[in-house]
Amino acid sequence: MRFVYAFFIKTYLTVMKMKNWPPTALLGLILLITIVLITAIGPLLIPNDPYMANMAERLSSPSLTYPFGTDHMGRCIFSRIVIGSQATLGITVLVITTVILIGIPIGLVSGYIGGRVDSIVMRLADGLIALPEFILAIAIAGFLGPSLTNLMISVVLVKWISYTRVVRGIVLSEREKEYVLAARVGGCTTWRIITRHLLPQIISPVLVLATLDVGKIILIISSLSYLGLGAQPPAPEWGAMLSDGRPYFQTFPELMIYPGMAIFIVVLSCNLIGEGLRDKLGEKSI
Amino acid sequence: MLSLVRKRLLQLVIVVFILSIFTFGLMKLAPGDPVMSILNADEMMVTEANQANLRSDLGFDQPVYVQYGKWMHGLLKLDLGTSYMSGKPVWNEMMERLPITLQLTTGVLLVMFSISLPLGIISARYPRKWPDQISRILALIGASIPSFWLGLMLIYLFALKLQILPSNGMGSFAQMILPTFTLGFSLAAVYSRLIRAGLIECFSKDYIQAGRARGVKEWRILWVHAFRAALLPVITVFGLSMGSLLGGAVVIEILFSWPGLGSMAVDAIFNRDYPVIQGYVLLTGVFVVVVNLLVDLSYYLIDPRIKQGKEGSN
Repeated sequence: MRFVYAFFIKTYLTVMKMKNWPPTALLGLILLITIVLITAIGPLLIPNDPYMANMAERLSSPSLTYPFGTDHMGRCIFSRIVIGSQATLGITVLVITTVILIGIPIGLVSGYIGGRVDSIVMRLADGLIALPEFILAIAIAGFLGPSLTNLMISVVLVKWISYTRVVRGIVLSEREKEYVLAARVGGCTTWRIITRHLLPQIISPVLVLATLDVGKIILIISSLSYLGLGAQPPAPEWGAMLSDGRPYFQTFPELMIYPGMAIFIVVLSCNLIGEGLRDKLGEKSI
Repeated sequence: MLSLVRKRLLQLVIVVFILSIFTFGLMKLAPGDPVMSILNADEMMVTEANQANLRSDLGFDQPVYVQYGKWMHGLLKLDLGTSYMSGKPVWNEMMERLPITLQLTTGVLLVMFSISLPLGIISARYPRKWPDQISRILALIGASIPSFWLGLMLIYLFALKLQILPSNGMGSFAQMILPTFTLGFSLAAVYSRLIRAGLIECFSKDYIQAGRARGVKEWRILWVHAFRAALLPVITVFGLSMGSLLGGAVVIEILFSWPGLGSMAVDAIFNRDYPVIQGYVLLTGVFVVVVNLLVDLSYYLIDPRIKQGKEGSN
């Protein structure tokens, strides 16, 4: 599996070789690194147990013990947001990795081999693409039943299509080029052509697509969790926290401000990086 | 033109067929037994006999392909089955709720275009100047803000703090403002950038340059020469926005308690009311495909180059 290492090294070099990052993208990068650090050392930072209910202190205003106040069960909002970042970021990383691992191979095979495989995959993609992503995710989560695992499955099932399409498009135009023909004449196997010659070509579009998608996936997951189709209480997922606090919104709006802010900042930082990558790598079409 | 319509109608049939297999397959794969959930909903004693009765009433004791055939046959007659919960035909229930969702989406489209068109035009006219930078920042915020959270914050500001707008319900104009603006803003922010990109591409065309060289006034170039070509990206945006529009409508309907199609679907999910979910998915899919078909056809009316079989500007 040496091509996997080669792929990662090439990706790393693609990012590192970029000079003159726009300041907005740097801002996004710094934000995201901070958030990842907070997520990683979260358990050391939090002042209170995020699950511990304390009815005597319910709906209290921000104080030294509770920096963002407490929710309707007397749980520390700050601690819940910090711990909730693990859920949100963890799910997103898992989902985007799975999507890439499914979408890229299908796109490579379908584009390079073509024929019946290609037409079956593309008809399937056409049928699924007709449905708005969010509604498809709702439908799948709906049929499988509301839970976090099913939500992740549904987002993966929705998202692989766009990767397959992009990868397939690139492979279709690359496979007729001279270097691929030369490799074929030189006796390379199909496997080797796909992994060594075609795979590196898709790095920058997939990189751009994935960074921009991280934000979209966080939004889909938190929206579906808000509707009650994702993380179930008492899990401190940001969308679920917002849905949890909805009945107390009129009397205690602070309950809703901070988790939403958290979602906004994470998505914003991903979008800033994504836009920077898109401009730098010249992937205008995505 | 006719061959295109024929081709796209065929595509529509294929898409509906795939969607139907997809939704039917999901329903069969879904965990839990709908027979049990109907019986449990009645809160009666569940016996083996009435389980078996209901199972054969619903046709669940037959092979899967027979069930699919029956379901498909009904589908052609717009019979989508009956809701497990209300016992009413799914089609009737959807038609009752459709006007509400249409009212919401029309309002959102109005808000979206009345924000994104001026913003797109100004930022294309003065690229990299301050109006363009503002619209870029707005687009970033719009793409990053969860629409349900934006809605909550607007409710907080206008309904709770200032108390000038109602926070839920529907019917009056005042009740339209918050929901349509919530979704309209997020969409406008994103699509104003697409309109800008389309316009900038169009400004760089030779005939615009030629007009400028001949000393045609800038406003005349914008409104007479560029406008027609710029309609294409605007219509493309309209077609593209259908997905986010219908998806966003689900969240907005729940947030502002509008009894539209989206809230029907979410209720159905919690009640495991599969025929309703199925109907909703099919209706939305067909709707999106039909809108995109209309969008493609309108290219022909706007851009004569496409009609002549030459490569269009899009």
